[in-house]
Amino acid sequence: MEIAELSDLLVWAAATALAVAMIAFAVDLGRRTDERVEVKAQERVAAGSVTTTAGADAPAPVAGTDGVAEPRRRAAGIAMSTTWLGTAMLLVAIVLRGLAAGRAPWANMYEFTMVGSFIALVVFLLLNLRRDVRFLGAFVTGLVTLFLVVGLNSFHVAATGVQPALQNYWLVLHVGVAIAATGIFTVSFVMSALQLLRDSRDAGSPFLTRPGFHWLDRTPAPAALESMSFRLNAVGFVLWTFTLIGGAIWAEDAWGRYWGWDPKEVWSFVIWVVYAAYLHARTTRGWSGRRAAWFVVVGYACVLFNFTGVNLIFNGKHSYSGLS
Amino acid sequence: MSGRTYRPEGIADEFTQGVRGGENQDGTTPSSGTPAPTTPQVPWIGWRGMLRWTWRQLTSMRVALMLLMLLAVAAVPGSILPQRGQDPAAVVEYLGEHPTTGEWLDRFGFFEVYSSAWFSAIYLLLFVSLVGCIVPRTIAHARALRNRPPRTPVRFARFPARASGTTSATPQEVTAAAEAHLRGGRRWLPTFRVDTGDGTVAAERGYLRETGNLLFHLALLGLVVAVGVGQLMHYRGQAIITEGRGFANAVVDYDTFESGAWFQPESLVPFSMTLDSFTSEFATDAVAFAQSRDFTASVTVTEPDGSASAETIKVNHPLVIDGSKVYLQGNGYAPDLLVHDAEGEVAFSGRVPFLPEDQVYTSRGVVKVPDVSAGLDQVGLIGYFLPTAVIDEDGSARSVFPLPESPLLVLEVYRGDLGLDDGVPQNVYRLDTANLTPSLDADGERVKLLLEPGDTVDLPDGLGTVTLGEEVPRFVALDLRHDPSLAWVLTFSLMALVGLTGSLFLPRRRVWVRSWTHDGVTHVEVAGLARGDDVGLQPEVDRTLAAVPGLSPDPAEPTPDPAPTHETKEG
Ligand code: HEM
Repeated sequence: MEIAELSDLLVWAAATALAVAMIAFAVDLGRRTDERVEVKAQERVAAGSVTTTAGADAPAPVAGTDGVAEPRRRAAGIAMSTTWLGTAMLLVAIVLRGLAAGRAPWANMYEFTMVGSFIALVVFLLLNLRRDVRFLGAFVTGLVTLFLVVGLNSFHVAATGVQPALQNYWLVLHVGVAIAATGIFTVSFVMSALQLLRDSRDAGSPFLTRPGFHWLDRTPAPAALESMSFRLNAVGFVLWTFTLIGGAIWAEDAWGRYWGWDPKEVWSFVIWVVYAAYLHARTTRGWSGRRAAWFVVVGYACVLFNFTGVNLIFNGKHSYSGLS
Repeated sequence: MSGRTYRPEGIADEFTQGVRGGENQDGTTPSSGTPAPTTPQVPWIGWRGMLRWTWRQLTSMRVALMLLMLLAVAAVPGSILPQRGQDPAAVVEYLGEHPTTGEWLDRFGFFEVYSSAWFSAIYLLLFVSLVGCIVPRTIAHARALRNRPPRTPVRFARFPARASGTTSATPQEVTAAAEAHLRGGRRWLPTFRVDTGDGTVAAERGYLRETGNLLFHLALLGLVVAVGVGQLMHYRGQAIITEGRGFANAVVDYDTFESGAWFQPESLVPFSMTLDSFTSEFATDAVAFAQSRDFTASVTVTEPDGSASAETIKVNHPLVIDGSKVYLQGNGYAPDLLVHDAEGEVAFSGRVPFLPEDQVYTSRGVVKVPDVSAGLDQVGLIGYFLPTAVIDEDGSARSVFPLPESPLLVLEVYRGDLGLDDGVPQNVYRLDTANLTPSLDADGERVKLLLEPGDTVDLPDGLGTVTLGEEVPRFVALDLRHDPSLAWVLTFSLMALVGLTGSLFLPRRRVWVRSWTHDGVTHVEVAGLARGDDVGLQPEVDRTLAAVPGLSPDPAEPTPDPAPTHETKEG
């Protein structure tokens, strides 16, 4: 078997492992909800409380990450090990892809998807080493599985060298940093989306207070989600700024101008402005919290569009998807 | 100072709120603490009041936020509609297809979004707003730079991060150790600014955070100015040259030339350049067959003082001459053609660039032959150059590889008046065949002449002959650009990046230490306060305590758990 085929196979395997992980994470989220509701019920009995409102309506007083002697979470354990496995397989797939193509393995949409997914997983796993963020797992692995399958089915191109414009160390820097930023934005998007859901549930949104959303109580409080999301977004924003500057330096050499409002440049700029607006919104009275979180959602939508829509619909200089 | 602060890094600041009580975060509604004489509620505030009010609105955070959102939205149409700056032909085509909407869009500048009045207005307002915020903040920060850390508070209970312990050391020793620890190893740039008192230490770090933030915003301002100046002073010229030929750096020698308003033609350094050779490489593996792999133009540059040097230009590696950059933007074949008219006179002789249209260099070109002997029809040739031609069953020819392995030129012939004498400028790569007669064969099909290098064939209808030269020279499209602002643009961009990084990641913290002796034991208490969320605050406090000599940590007061939530108070 060719190395390139082995790489593709490993990506499929990784996608499978991650799909399993997603299910296990979801099971864990659901189970823990049940446990929690029970615990709450017991507490209420113990306290002699007579309130009859559904326990789930009340916001969880503490974030779901405190280390009060928890029962062992088997599903979560399975989920974590399959995530590590999937991530490791993806890493091997990326390395093999690079060997097969004889260059940094991130020069077209397929490779970008593969490496970006990998970064999102790594961010999640690293965060998890520092504190328990397994509540993110179902969403991160779910998104990544989706990305990988779409990448394999729609963006896949054979591994090969690149045209002269791409033969440059900026391929490693500019694109590498863009990928890192995208991976980070993926995780922070999940956090902000959860923040919005959790916040609405706490505020008594009729839809989100339905029993199907019990699991939201197991996520940290909106303020905690917001501050985690902010920290990642701050890193992502700095990396994005570097992507723009690096792209411009490269464009100066490759295309004969540093900035030319090419569709990819326009959208990268739009994303930059949206995330800048997010940072400003956080400090503006009446805009911090929920509204600021919406900027993250919009910003991430722009990131996805910049990657898919701009590559596939618009016809610019920046057409390196390898698809025709 | 008016009550506005501008904090893009996004954290409500417990310090500044303490220091400058009464300030609003967003400055939109002047509160009672602001000494401004006018407030929006007053029905008539006079022109000066109006102006001041407008200025305050403009420089408020809320308006900056709106302008940012507007900027993002306003940038989008330029990626959807064709733009004159990028693709003028596409704009013409669009206008042809959508006459009415196109006209309206054009009227509102939608085909030049990034130089349109509305787009410019948004970013100019944004920058005015920025200046309005940044200047007072810079002044305030310049003052704050000399501030001392605030004095050690009496009670530590209200602080988000605390630690305590007992030690065998004296309070003096504790103070000295804590001070040394907080200052850090570098004498010239202490980590914390530290003041000590009687058994107390007050320390503060993170002045650079605000400095970084200001640097970021000022650098953005500088960036916009540098880009603007570059627009005014730049020039750009394009020239197509073939192997063995050259051009001089003079406005007239370029095929197209464009420059900013402040450009002076005398500023062109009169060097000249010859293309010695051009080589290209293409992939031959099945996966990426015919994809380009390398382009190299070898040139000789002759400086005004007569010194000559051999250089190469590659994609990604422009040649820098006298502060200008020369880019290799395109390449192709320029077959050498010789046309004799019906009377046997030379009517045309020269190299004609054929522009590649696909990956295998199927290249299209046009030969206009106006200079025929008196009384004869002018001749126009349109054709394709195929570097590696194969002829299919049906007789049609196509190219299968970009390198000239078996070149073939396919020409169609037209005669009539080429219209070159009307004085209307014509595109050299297009032949308007509307008023011309094509040469047809017996079946009524257009005649196709096939020429291999060195061939001479008769033109149909007795129009003469055409000869394809033995060698097929290559051409390169060179783009020369001079923009004196580049170094500034880069400098300001990097300054913005550095400033941004500082303003987002440099921690702004205060730490206080208090120690006292009771029953022969020294008690130590440490407290910390940070600006907004700061995961590192409790570890900072813990490290400070750990620096105390002879310590036994205090089990009585558990340190607040830093890990789970960090619900530090936010605005
Ligand atoms: C100012 C100029 C530039 C900007 C703002 C820019 C922006 C970006 C962004 C945001 C991405 C992330 C992924 C995506 O959305 O596609 C990206 C990817 C990429 N960039 Fe650039 N870029 C610039 C210049 C360049 C230049 C000059 C080259 C090469 C000659 C280049 C080659 C690539 C490649 C190969 C990818 C990954 C493949 C892809 O996603 O299409 N970029 N760029």
